[in-house]
Amino acid sequence: MSSVKDWAAPTPISENRSGLIGKGVDRYEGRLKVTGSAPFAYEVEAPSPPAYGVLIASPIAKGVVAAADISAAQAAPGVRLVWTPHNVPAQGERGAKMNPRSQRGSNPALAGKIEHFGQHVGFVVADTLENAKAAAALVRFEYAAEPADLIFEDNLAQADQPEGEEDMRVGDFEAAFAGAPVRLDETYVSPLQNHAQMEPCATTAWWDGDHVTVHTSIQMVKGGQHTLAETLMIPSTQVRLVTRYIGGGFGGKGQAYDDLTLAALAARELGQPVKVAYTRQQMFQATIHRPAVHMRVRLGAQADGRLDAFALEAVTHCRREAPFTEHAANFARSLYAAPNRLTGHRLVKLDIPAAGPMRAPGEASGMLSLECAMDELAEKLGLDPIELRLRNEPETDPETGKPFSTRQLVRCMTEGAQRFGWDRRNPKPGQVRDGRWLVGLGMAAAIRGNFLLPAKAGVRIDADGTITLRQGMTDIGTGTYTILAQITAETLGVPLAQVKVELGDSDFPPAPGSGGQFGAATAGSAAFAAGMNLRKALAELATGDPNSPLYGDDPELVTFGGGNIAVDNRAEPLERLVARAAPEGVYVEGSITPAADARDYSQHTYGAHFAEVGVDPDTGEVRLRRMFGVFAAGRILNAKTAMSQITGGMIWGVGTALHEYNEVDPRYGSFIAQDLAGYHVPAHADIVDLSAMFLDEVDDKANPMGIKGVGELGIAGAGAAIANAVYNACGARIRDYPLNPEKVLAALP
Amino acid sequence: MKPFTYERPADVAEALAMAAAVPGSRFLAGGTNLVDLMKLQIEQPTHLVDVSRLPLAEIAETAEGGLRLGATTTNSQVAADMKVRARYPALAQAILSGASGQLRNKATTAGNLLQRTRCAYFYDTTKPCNKRQPGAGCAAIGGIYANTAIFGSSEACIATHPSDMAVAMSALDAQVEIAGPNGQERAISLEALHRLPGETPHIETSLQPGEMITAVVLPPPPPGGQIYRKARERASYAFAIGSVAVAGGKVALGAVAHKPWRARAAEQALADGANPAEAMAAELSSAKPDGHNDFKLKLMARLGAACLTTTGAGDGQ
Repeated sequence: MSSVKDWAAPTPISENRSGLIGKGVDRYEGRLKVTGSAPFAYEVEAPSPPAYGVLIASPIAKGVVAAADISAAQAAPGVRLVWTPHNVPAQGERGAKMNPRSQRGSNPALAGKIEHFGQHVGFVVADTLENAKAAAALVRFEYAAEPADLIFEDNLAQADQPEGEEDMRVGDFEAAFAGAPVRLDETYVSPLQNHAQMEPCATTAWWDGDHVTVHTSIQMVKGGQHTLAETLMIPSTQVRLVTRYIGGGFGGKGQAYDDLTLAALAARELGQPVKVAYTRQQMFQATIHRPAVHMRVRLGAQADGRLDAFALEAVTHCRREAPFTEHAANFARSLYAAPNRLTGHRLVKLDIPAAGPMRAPGEASGMLSLECAMDELAEKLGLDPIELRLRNEPETDPETGKPFSTRQLVRCMTEGAQRFGWDRRNPKPGQVRDGRWLVGLGMAAAIRGNFLLPAKAGVRIDADGTITLRQGMTDIGTGTYTILAQITAETLGVPLAQVKVELGDSDFPPAPGSGGQFGAATAGSAAFAAGMNLRKALAELATGDPNSPLYGDDPELVTFGGGNIAVDNRAEPLERLVARAAPEGVYVEGSITPAADARDYSQHTYGAHFAEVGVDPDTGEVRLRRMFGVFAAGRILNAKTAMSQITGGMIWGVGTALHEYNEVDPRYGSFIAQDLAGYHVPAHADIVDLSAMFLDEVDDKANPMGIKGVGELGIAGAGAAIANAVYNACGARIRDYPLNPEKVLAALP
Repeated sequence: MKPFTYERPADVAEALAMAAAVPGSRFLAGGTNLVDLMKLQIEQPTHLVDVSRLPLAEIAETAEGGLRLGATTTNSQVAADMKVRARYPALAQAILSGASGQLRNKATTAGNLLQRTRCAYFYDTTKPCNKRQPGAGCAAIGGIYANTAIFGSSEACIATHPSDMAVAMSALDAQVEIAGPNGQERAISLEALHRLPGETPHIETSLQPGEMITAVVLPPPPPGGQIYRKARERASYAFAIGSVAVAGGKVALGAVAHKPWRARAAEQALADGANPAEAMAAELSSAKPDGHNDFKLKLMARLGAACLTTTGAGDGQ
């Protein structure tokens, strides 16, 4: 096992001789995407003309399919097959292995036992999409409905500790809270939210003998491959899963859905390629969502603001048969000092679609509570909200006592305050007007854990000098292709144009995929390791080749740069070496595993958000006027894609605070918003002036490159800064998100 | 999606004849609402008569000093027209507050008037809806969708009309010109075009089978200020949760009824010397919120009063 100490030595990445690391180079696949020529899963051309599948959803929340009449659908024009729970082919058990990072179970596709509204109960394949849709409307189902638990708030009494979890306690919270001179005890509610990816779940599948090829939209290549193999009851070696481009995942595509299963099954049955895509409505009802969370925050402070007692207790929900906990309290274990602490979670099981991870699971909803509670406590104490946080800045991790690998939260806040103009904030709410608008400022801290998982990568150099990185990694729109090209080019000292990156194929060396903001560090470290191994192989090739100017040199002294391999002033281009000495090319692999002592450090990314909002006293409408964030997230690989990630997270935070929510109809168990006209995320007009900056940082405890993830940090805390600004603008403290006109207007005098 | 046929006529007479020849025909203009509804199989026309290229895309002066907006003028075209912007600013504001640039480029004047409700239960075909299936019942009553009517709803339907444009046209006393299948032509007030739901919420307008709207005529602008303000859940690309159009002393409210709601009680109160808040209170005294949409009372009271104050309509003119 490696140690984090091994990662402190200079590397081609830290030396950055070509300056590619950190440079804001354009997206590797940008031209393909903006010209509409990047084939997404549904658009991939099949080897022969495909048929088209359409899914039919249950209109009841719980019960069984009692009967199905498929005769009219079978007789409809162009129909190839009609499946219901009564005639769908047998499928293998899946579930636990579906996604090793969660315990979500899943029914086989078209299970007759209905566990939520919108679960698929029928599937029609026809020669055209239109014929399949028309025939799907002709299938008649009879249901035996059963009583269902649908509403979170109505079932809070049955909240239970998630299996295998315990509350985390330090000191004696209850006694300390009872004795604290200044106390706050408030409950904050974050609503159910949907991922609302642009690209729906989609699969194109075909068979070649007993091997199936699927192009699908999934964040985890290996997870999808194994799930499908288990479902089809064939070895994984007979499943090739490809996911080249993904139109948004956000955690919602961490697992396989019925499009993958049924496209593969139908293609086998028909001996013809089959395409299946979810409708927009099915994306809401038949995937996962971020569950609602009730968060009780209790803070007990001394008069000087130092926290004696701290508690965050979160109650959330999941689908009855698919345990998942939104860990909304976990972030708080490392954020502020307090000697007496209590954090924990409770779970309510409901008969609605499955809860699951969505961008920054835990932090995204959790920080909406504590970061507003700190604002409220600051006001009680007569302290500036930043000053309160400074007084509770811990020396070491407040729960474990472990040292921080890096922690620049204080600098994020102070630097941000200066650049944003925080000193212009009037601490008394409702004092600033601009025309009819009430104007206020708010801030919040941000924290999100950093992770490294095992991964591999393969890299080859061909006789023309082209270097190709291959990895079973995905790019869900985050810039993974681009940063892997930068890492590979910098490691091998070649121009960016000399590097090709191929991702998203189960035939490639495996990587865990995109999620938990671990992608760049994990995939990137494996790519770096592969690049270093290729340097070693090429150094040995050159120094052992009598025709090389490096012949006889010590391989340890070989350097790479400008497309050349060199020792001192003796050099030759890489392509000349490879064409002469290894004309078939050179291929090596590299891998990364977490360091044995990585857990000796408390390792996070940090930030601070600053927001200015206007509140319309006539309507309760809140509009963001400007927003600024300062973040510390290790070495930044690409200034442009990292900024896009972090500001994208902030924008999502704006939506979290002001726009996003879904509700379950208590009579039917269906979501009230089922399309993007009803489910509101920020539009361009909502984001007029939003920017961010990164502090210089290298975290040499994180991985060999000193980088960290930026995919989820931006959303953490962002919504709380907005809510605090709303309070500062108009004096309305709304603890039930989102702060939509209805709630704000009700709170206004 | 149900198969359908498609034709493109050269003139209004041919369009009317084509529609009359096939039962279940619908006129297709911008398609921004009809095509979406067809994909969801909420609208299932057997035949589409594409009127988008008929010569009805003119904005012309009328002899009375108003403007005639052809039925197929696009929303973008009307909102950008200098005559409209100068004389009917409330209409330009209303149009620009709706949808997105791409949709406004396609959507037409007549199509906008005939768009259907955005009630969530109308769109969810697994739920009963008297608009989709007369007699099926109304899932919105007792449901959780809050953007519903506070005026003029019935036991059969509590849906609202989603247009912004039509609310401004209502305050501007617009007339609608209609051509019928046998060559007859008629004109009605915009207020008479849309119906309250009553027991037949599936019948949304007073258009007779086979009739088509050919133009909207704006009378000369009334003296006094104009404004359109819209409250919504985000800064653009969202339907109103409440809107107000004021033109002189005329007031219309949006997102509160099955049709653009002409606030006659408020207008009368203003004429009687009421201040803006009193005028809105007079109008809202007949509102019937249902528990989920109660916020619209405070919203409309404040937004309406603010619009009346801005335009000077409550100054006892």
